[in-house]
Amino acid sequence: MKSTKQGFGLRLALGTLVCVLVLVVLGPMVLPWEYQEIDWDNINQAPSMDHWFGTDASGRDVLTRTLVGGRVSLIVALLATCVSFLIGVPWGATAGLVGGRADQFMMRIVDGMYALPFVLIVILLVVLFGRNVYLLFVGLGAVSWLDISRIVRGQTLVVRNEQYILAANALGASQVWIVWKHVLPNIIGTAFVYATLTIPGVIIAESFISFLGLGIQEPQTSLGVLIADGTKEMHSSPWQLAFPAGFLVITLLALNKVGDVLRDSISGTMER
Amino acid sequence: MARFVLRRIAFMLITFWVVISVAFLLLRLAPGGPFDGDRRMPPEVEANLLNAYNLDEPLYIQYGRYVWDLLRFDLGPSIKHHDFTVSELIAAGLPVSLTVGALALVIALVLGVPIGSIAAFRHNSWLDNCLSSSTTFGLALPPIVTGPLFVLLFAVMLQWLPAGGMDSASSLILPSIALAIPHAAAIAKLMRGSCIDTLGQNHILTARSKGLNSVRLAIHHVLPSAMIPVLSFLGPAAATLIAGSLVIEEVFSLPGLGRYFVQGALNRDYTLVMGGVVVYAGLILLLNFVVDTLYFRFDPRIRSQKQSEAL
Repeated sequence: MKSTKQGFGLRLALGTLVCVLVLVVLGPMVLPWEYQEIDWDNINQAPSMDHWFGTDASGRDVLTRTLVGGRVSLIVALLATCVSFLIGVPWGATAGLVGGRADQFMMRIVDGMYALPFVLIVILLVVLFGRNVYLLFVGLGAVSWLDISRIVRGQTLVVRNEQYILAANALGASQVWIVWKHVLPNIIGTAFVYATLTIPGVIIAESFISFLGLGIQEPQTSLGVLIADGTKEMHSSPWQLAFPAGFLVITLLALNKVGDVLRDSISGTMER
Repeated sequence: MARFVLRRIAFMLITFWVVISVAFLLLRLAPGGPFDGDRRMPPEVEANLLNAYNLDEPLYIQYGRYVWDLLRFDLGPSIKHHDFTVSELIAAGLPVSLTVGALALVIALVLGVPIGSIAAFRHNSWLDNCLSSSTTFGLALPPIVTGPLFVLLFAVMLQWLPAGGMDSASSLILPSIALAIPHAAAIAKLMRGSCIDTLGQNHILTARSKGLNSVRLAIHHVLPSAMIPVLSFLGPAAATLIAGSLVIEEVFSLPGLGRYFVQGALNRDYTLVMGGVVVYAGLILLLNFVVDTLYFRFDPRIRSQKQSEAL
C-alpha cells in the first residue's frame, strides 16, 4: 500500500520534471511569440486564446517569457551544480583519502564556510564584477559545494577501509590506480544524488538574486526577474505574478520529491 | 566544556577575520568605484573625494585602518548616504530585520516541531500523509513567492493587514510568516525523521512496556532527544533567514538592514556594504556558536566524542 503510494508520488514528480524540461526546451520554439517581442497595443492583457498566460506591461507574452525564464533558471542551476560537483568531489575525496591533519584542516574550512552568508557573498561578487551570467553560476556553485564535499569525504572514509582496498594495496596497486578504479566508482553515485539535492537550493538562490535586480538582467530573463516584474503589476494584472511563481513552485516541488526519493534510496548504503 | 567553548570562540574569531578580510579585498580589487558616474568629474575633485574617504592610500594601510576602526566599533561614514555613519544606518535598520527574523524563527519552531512530532507519532496514518505532504509543499514555497501572494491576498483583496511599511506591529505579521514557511517545513521534516528514529529505540520500548502514557512518553523521552537535530539545523538556518530577509524587506518595503545592504551593493557604497557584511557574518557566527555550545551541552554522545577528539 505504502510503496505503491510512494511510487505514484515519484512517478508524478518525474512526469512533472520531464514536462517542465520539454516545455522549457521546446515551448519557446513552438509558440508564435518571441519572449522579448514588445507589443504596445496589447499591454497587460488578461489570459486569452491568443496569449494563454496574458501579456506583461510591455505587451510581451507571459507564457513564452515564463518558459524562457524557466529555461535560464534551470541552466544556471545545472551549471552551478556542476561547478559545486567539480569542487566538492575532489575536495571531499582528498580530505577522506589523505586523512590526518590535512583532513581536519580541509573540513574546518568547510565548517567555517557553513557559517557564511552565502547569498551575500554571491551578491558581492555579482555586483563587483558586473552582472554576467557566468559569474552568477560560478559564484553560486562556488558557495554550494559544502554538502557534497562532506558526503564524499564520509563515503571515501568508508570505502578506504574496505577489504578490497586492502587487497589491492597488498597486491601492490598504485594509489592513483586505487582511487581511479576502486574509490571513485564507489562514491560517484552518492555524489550525484547530493548534487541533485543542491539544485532546488540553487534555483531559489538565483531567483532571490535576480528578484533583487542583482542577477539576470533585461533583455535576458529568469523566474526571479519575472516574479519581480509580476510583483510590480500584481494589483492590476495578477497573472503576471501567478504564472511564473506557479511554475517555480511546481518545479521546486518536483525536484524536492525526486531528491527525497533518491536520498532515501541511498541512505541504506550510507549507514553501512 | 570550557575547553570546547574556548576552541569554538577562537574558531569563530578566525572565521570572522577571514570573512572581513576577503570581503574587504574583493571590494577594493573590483573594477569601478563609488564615484564613477555618467559624467567624468574633474580629476582634482575626484582626488579630493578619494582623499576625504582615505581611498587614495595604499591598500594595506586602508585595510589596517579599517580593522583598527572595526576593533573600536567604528564602521566609518557611509559614502552614499551623506551625513550618516554606517553605524547609524545599521542602528536604524538592524532592529527591524532582527525582529522579523526572530519572529520568523519562533513561528517556524512553533509550527514545525508539533507538526513533525504529530506526524511521527501517527506514522503512516492519513494524518501523517497530510502533514508530510504539506511539509513537502512548504519547502517549495520560498518567500519570493509567498511574499507577493500574501500582499495580494491579505492586504489588497481582504484588506486585513497592511501591505508594507512599518506603521504598526501588524506590519510585521505577513513578512514574518512568509519568511517562516520554508523553515517551518524544514524543521517539521527533520523533527518527523528524528522522532521516528527515537521511537524505534530500546529505551522507548522499555518506557512503553512500563505502561507510560503517550503524552508523558512524548514529553519526557522522545522529544528531548528528537530535538537535537532541529537544534543543529538552527545554525545554518540563520544564513538562509538572512537571504530571505533581503527579499522580504524588498517585497514589504520594510526599512531594514537588508534594503540598505542591497542599495549599498548596487551603488558601491563600500563602507555600507562592509558594514552589512560585518553585521551579517557576526550574527551568523554568533548563532552558530550558541547552537554548537547548546548541542555540546545537550548531546552526551557528542560531548564524549568531542572531548576525546580535543585530547
